[in-house]
Amino acid sequence: MNTNLSQLKLGQKAVIDSFTDNQMSLKLLEMGCTPGEIISLDRIAPMGDPIAITVSGYLLSLRKAEASTVLVSVLA
Amino acid sequence: MLVEANQSFVHFSDKQTLKVALVGNPNSGKSTLFNALTGLNQKTGNFPGVTVDKKSGFVKLKPLLTSPKGRNYSGVKASTAATISETPPLGGGWEGLAEFIDLPGTYSLYPKSLDERVAFEVLCNPGNSDHPDVTIVVADASNLKRNLFLVSQIIDLKVPVILALNMMDLVEKEGDIIDVVRLSERLGVKVVRVSARSREGIEELKQAILQPISVPQYNFIDVKKIAPELVGKIAGVVDVNSDFAAFQIISNFSEISYFDKEADKKRAIAGLLAASAVDVNKLQSQETVERYKVINRIVEECITRKSDVKTESFTNRLDGVLTHRIWGYVIFLAILFLIFQAIFFLAAYPMEWIESSFVFFSDWAVRMLPPGELSSLLVNGIIAGLSGVVVFVPQIALLFTFIAILEDTGYMARVSFIMDKLMRKFGLNGRSVIPLVSGIACAIPAIMSTRTMSSWKERVITIMVTPLMSCSARLPVYTLLIALVVPATKAFGFFNYQGLVLMSLYLIGFGAAMLAALVMQKILKSRERSYFIMELPVYRSPQWRTVGLTIYDKVKSFLLDAGKIILAISIILWFLSSHGPGDKLDQIEKKYQSAEMIGNYSEEERQAKVSSEQLESSYAGMLGKTIEPVIRPLGFDWKIGIALVTSFAAREVFVGTMATIYSTGDEENTLPLREKMRAEINPSTGMPQFTVAVGFSLMIFYAFAMQCMSTLAVVFRETKHWKWPVIQFLFMSVLAYLSSLLVYQVMK
Repeated sequence: MNTNLSQLKLGQKAVIDSFTDNQMSLKLLEMGCTPGEIISLDRIAPMGDPIAITVSGYLLSLRKAEASTVLVSVLA
Repeated sequence: MLVEANQSFVHFSDKQTLKVALVGNPNSGKSTLFNALTGLNQKTGNFPGVTVDKKSGFVKLKPLLTSPKGRNYSGVKASTAATISETPPLGGGWEGLAEFIDLPGTYSLYPKSLDERVAFEVLCNPGNSDHPDVTIVVADASNLKRNLFLVSQIIDLKVPVILALNMMDLVEKEGDIIDVVRLSERLGVKVVRVSARSREGIEELKQAILQPISVPQYNFIDVKKIAPELVGKIAGVVDVNSDFAAFQIISNFSEISYFDKEADKKRAIAGLLAASAVDVNKLQSQETVERYKVINRIVEECITRKSDVKTESFTNRLDGVLTHRIWGYVIFLAILFLIFQAIFFLAAYPMEWIESSFVFFSDWAVRMLPPGELSSLLVNGIIAGLSGVVVFVPQIALLFTFIAILEDTGYMARVSFIMDKLMRKFGLNGRSVIPLVSGIACAIPAIMSTRTMSSWKERVITIMVTPLMSCSARLPVYTLLIALVVPATKAFGFFNYQGLVLMSLYLIGFGAAMLAALVMQKILKSRERSYFIMELPVYRSPQWRTVGLTIYDKVKSFLLDAGKIILAISIILWFLSSHGPGDKLDQIEKKYQSAEMIGNYSEEERQAKVSSEQLESSYAGMLGKTIEPVIRPLGFDWKIGIALVTSFAAREVFVGTMATIYSTGDEENTLPLREKMRAEINPSTGMPQFTVAVGFSLMIFYAFAMQCMSTLAVVFRETKHWKWPVIQFLFMSVLAYLSSLLVYQVMK
């Protein structure tokens, strides 16, 4: 199932496909969010935003607006 | 694979001092390593042309005859180290000074933020005055993949480089194995295992600097494939020692400043870029993807993971509580409560000691020196000014103890995480919470703590609004005025009116800060985008060494930088309040020495009357009278005017000045002062001067006005531009004036 990162549910795993925002993607790429990387949504801040994902073995927090620029395929 | 194939060696045996730059990801332990290497031999300066603090320290390096702890310099067991020792024979013999430079933490060599720009310019521009001879890249071994990204970029710059692999203990605890020898071979750089926290491997790292240092001679990725023509053409215009350096010039051209002095080169590069019409963002993202492809292969080869399924980690369990939608906030509030209790109550003792030792010292000076100008300048100018500076030290030290602990453990990132959405509505960031809350104790350390914020705009807004939070220096003023005009009765039987007013003043300050932030968010323009893409580091126990060094550093920079300005203004204020036109002040003194006066008043009463009349005739008194027409609409007379002028130095001076004006002579006990202020009659109305309206107007004025030169000095220091303290002073003064005007006119 294809969606964007901000739509994931808590605990869901997904594979990064591509980015919709060129500038934002640079920032995310250097943090290790490269296409093909498996990520999981591990935390949601109490007010629903920001969120935290596990990517290449560490916890990365980002705002929902930032997450919505990341297109992913949900795994199981 | 042969080690020699991908690297050459450089040995600095002829250099007197060696510049060694430390670079690494945030949270990689880079600063801890820097502290371990340099200890207290650190100084803080500036990187040329930018407003980023530069920490550096000189350390003498000497070769050891035997390697420390019987390990070789890669930190692996001697038997397995054979491959590494294929490097040329130990050069030995070189000894000298190394200047370690702590570069700001960065994830990449893309100059996006101010910090990253510094790291970029220092490492990529050989003409930079801080360009290092040796670069030590600090990598967090427990997070190897992301850390290798920066390592790979530095390898492609083809500069002498050493990789310090930190936090191996964490990796081993997880049960994973990193093949350090293989990693060193694959990267073509010497790898030194360190544990910055437990100070292991520090000597090995120092020894590695004395040895021949590898200079990578291969392309980690081939950037010529990404921008085939341009890389060659740029290399024709600029003297670069690697393809990647040329590629960096292409993809970051709009951000770099090092051709600013070479207009012809700049024009030539701009021309090349325009002609090729490349999309630099695309180049960069291609580069990043290529790098991670190679990194993934290396990581696969060098790390043996115990298992893919990890047990639920300590960090994860703790996060479940600390970022919980209810407990997260409860715990945060509890921690804040604890910090403020400590700052208000623990700091009170040392502050009292400091004040009483200054009183003791100034009494002593009065006795030792002949009365006159010099004694007055020393006692009322310099000693009073110094006391006003030093008295803040306990609060600064305490607040930074807590902040350093919260920062060091990784909790601060969680506070930002749970508060970001709320703060964003006001143009602030999750990272603004701590400075704002700290402002209740004292704006000075609060403003100093904004350095962790990466967005310049958000940081400036935070700095600008923090002094609106009611700080502890306002408390004596509030207490005096509340006792004067608010009855000590209870509402509904249990709410104390005085307490309610005090609480309202704090809430009003907070509200004003948030509103001011909202307004500034609309006004301030910034090309920086606000990001919240940040790492939530694993929880670790705090390191007392780091905490101690942070406190030392903050206190020192406050005393030296802000102290100078505070002292200068104190001396000006002393002059204004102890000097007047002509010999008027001397005449007052003489008047009270007449036999009649001596007969009518006791020695103490006479002294008090002399001080009071002298202050009235001094320049400060004249200033008070001059501004009276301006402040009369607020309900203030010239006496309050004098106090407003003198309390520019610090708000709490208000109480002392009022005591002098009302010649109670006793600054410690405010009860007689309150009674005198209560008895004061306004000559134009024949009614008491301090009505409820005047009291509230004055309180609101003190809540909003920027009457703290220490804060202004710190704002100047932190923003490195006089524009910001000036704007801050003006907007807060206007806000204070208008609000007081409104309060007085409505209530009178």
